[in-house]
Amino acid sequence: MSETTSRPSAADAAAASTGMGPVSVMPPSEKTEREFTVKERSQLSMVMTRFLRHRLAISSLAFLVLLILVVYIAPHVFKLSYTEITNNASLSPRLRFPMGTDELGHNYLALVLRGAHQSLNVSFIVAIMSSAFGAPYGAIAAFYGGKIDAIMMRIVDVILVLPFLVVTGALSEHYSGTWYTVALLLGVTGWVINARVTRGVVLSVREQEFVEAARALGASDVRIIFRHLLPNVTGTLIVQATLDIAAAILAEAGLSFLGLGIHSPDTSLGVLAQQSQNAIQTRPWLFYFPCAMILVICLSINFIGDGLRDALDPRQTRQRR
Amino acid sequence: MLVFTIRRLFQAIPILIVASIASFALATISGDPVQNKFLLRNPPPSAQVIATTRHNMRLDRPWLTQYWDWLSGLITRGDWGPSIDGIVIGSAVGHALIVTLRLIFSAILLALVLSLASGIVSAYRQYSKVDYSFTFVGFVFLAMPTFWIAALLKQGAIQFNNAWQSSFCPGDPTCRPIQTVGEQSIVPPSGFFGVAEDWFTHLLLPTLSLALITYAAWSRFVRASLLEVLNSDYVRLARAKGLTPRRVMFKHALRTSLIPMTTVTSLTIAGLFGGAIITERVFQWRGMGTLIINAINDKDRYVIMGWLVVVGFIVIVGNIIADILYAVLDPRIRYE
Repeated sequence: MSETTSRPSAADAAAASTGMGPVSVMPPSEKTEREFTVKERSQLSMVMTRFLRHRLAISSLAFLVLLILVVYIAPHVFKLSYTEITNNASLSPRLRFPMGTDELGHNYLALVLRGAHQSLNVSFIVAIMSSAFGAPYGAIAAFYGGKIDAIMMRIVDVILVLPFLVVTGALSEHYSGTWYTVALLLGVTGWVINARVTRGVVLSVREQEFVEAARALGASDVRIIFRHLLPNVTGTLIVQATLDIAAAILAEAGLSFLGLGIHSPDTSLGVLAQQSQNAIQTRPWLFYFPCAMILVICLSINFIGDGLRDALDPRQTRQRR
Repeated sequence: MLVFTIRRLFQAIPILIVASIASFALATISGDPVQNKFLLRNPPPSAQVIATTRHNMRLDRPWLTQYWDWLSGLITRGDWGPSIDGIVIGSAVGHALIVTLRLIFSAILLALVLSLASGIVSAYRQYSKVDYSFTFVGFVFLAMPTFWIAALLKQGAIQFNNAWQSSFCPGDPTCRPIQTVGEQSIVPPSGFFGVAEDWFTHLLLPTLSLALITYAAWSRFVRASLLEVLNSDYVRLARAKGLTPRRVMFKHALRTSLIPMTTVTSLTIAGLFGGAIITERVFQWRGMGTLIINAINDKDRYVIMGWLVVVGFIVIVGNIIADILYAVLDPRIRYE
């Protein structure tokens, strides 16, 4: 950040030293004649440059975008119906059925795409909920400190003490699992991690001078928290959101595998794995394709998160070429 | 130190109480056990039966009274409350806990060994091919669903058993070097070594699957923490004194870098109980996982309660031990 602010002033100084008089007199809209110009680079563009250099992250991002397009659009384009029952039951993968068919004759590709669709839906909602609630929560706790911080973090401790798999499982079993109830429940338990992470960053940021300056200018607490502190946590939050997405997909799969998440007739990758766990020996494709789908989605999201972390926090890594 | 420990224990009590209230609320919202039990009965049971069962399950009392009865019963009489399935909750949770703790402890141990080994190699040869492949393996395990790792290991073991049987002991179905089902044999063998072998062969696969997932997160942590220490001044001094790289690594750097691992380990315990549920399901163990899944399905309120309170207690105690260890290991940290 210090780099971006220092550059224009260096250019001004250079302009001043060439004997063109005091800089402040010149009208700002006129084209100034300088020996050289320095293009100001925003923090965003620097982050973008560093991210683009991270080959694995970029290819993962391209792959994920492609996958999302396929998952959300392909079934409509190619008329893949996950409810349609053909009279080709239990076929192994072949050209007409790239992922085979299950024992009822469903086209398994359509089922896996539908499952990925639901898993992605769940994970996006969980990530948005966790960031939207966890980040302000952590920021407020860190900003006020003292008793407020202690009480707010004790609440987080209590939630962390109870395994979320059981908490969400017990509730979603009762509110018979549709994908959005599972997403809501995972979001309700998932925000605590975001709160902790945000609190950690804000604790160090709030000691910096610009917060003092903002307060001296008469900014209210709300303004300081939302306009000054939280924007500084954005990088960490984005990385955390990628972790949330991967974690939510795995959590949903685990829940559904235990029979406590999404219920049939709707499907998800976890439901498909659960329904086919007894067919591993005889019809392995029924189990391995949904699992591989989970692996591929989570892997690419983790790589993107890793690339973002490197791009947003250059101190963490050495030069990557 | 003693003062700190005692204060920490006292601080844990309100958290445990609030957690138990939260779990009681959770168990209440999760459904009505009596209604659930009689829902599909045909012909439906008489109102008398339903009323008696509701009374036995303490459902005819106000909510706060239910909680208070549970708490006072537990503290004064060690009574964990009634179960709709007729389970004696205290002993059921106790038995299941022994089974699951066996799994969790061995998984923590194995994960620590694995992540330390790969973390040391990765940090020592940073940005080498070995480092990149360890990182990649970690990423893969981090992205794999628990049940898939478990199922893959199970399939592998079955194939291995079949090959073993056909080559060493054809025609003997009991001849299996790796057990894939259950936490112990139905007819346990006699003698200390027999029991130990039986436990070990059953433990192997579940431990491995739980440990591999934990390893994925920990190895990256060990690597990062070790790299930070290796770049510090005192390690440079140790090198400058002319100590061998081995001595610098193991006597100077490794010890310091391990301190944060105590916190990381203790924070993983709650997650491990969750992971153990899935692992136990795949390998058909009768531990905490089976107990809680059955309880959730039957909406067995006090079993859910007992489970959550016991696990919460273990997690809190684990965190306290980690805090104390942290202060013991790092003399810069003093809690006074």
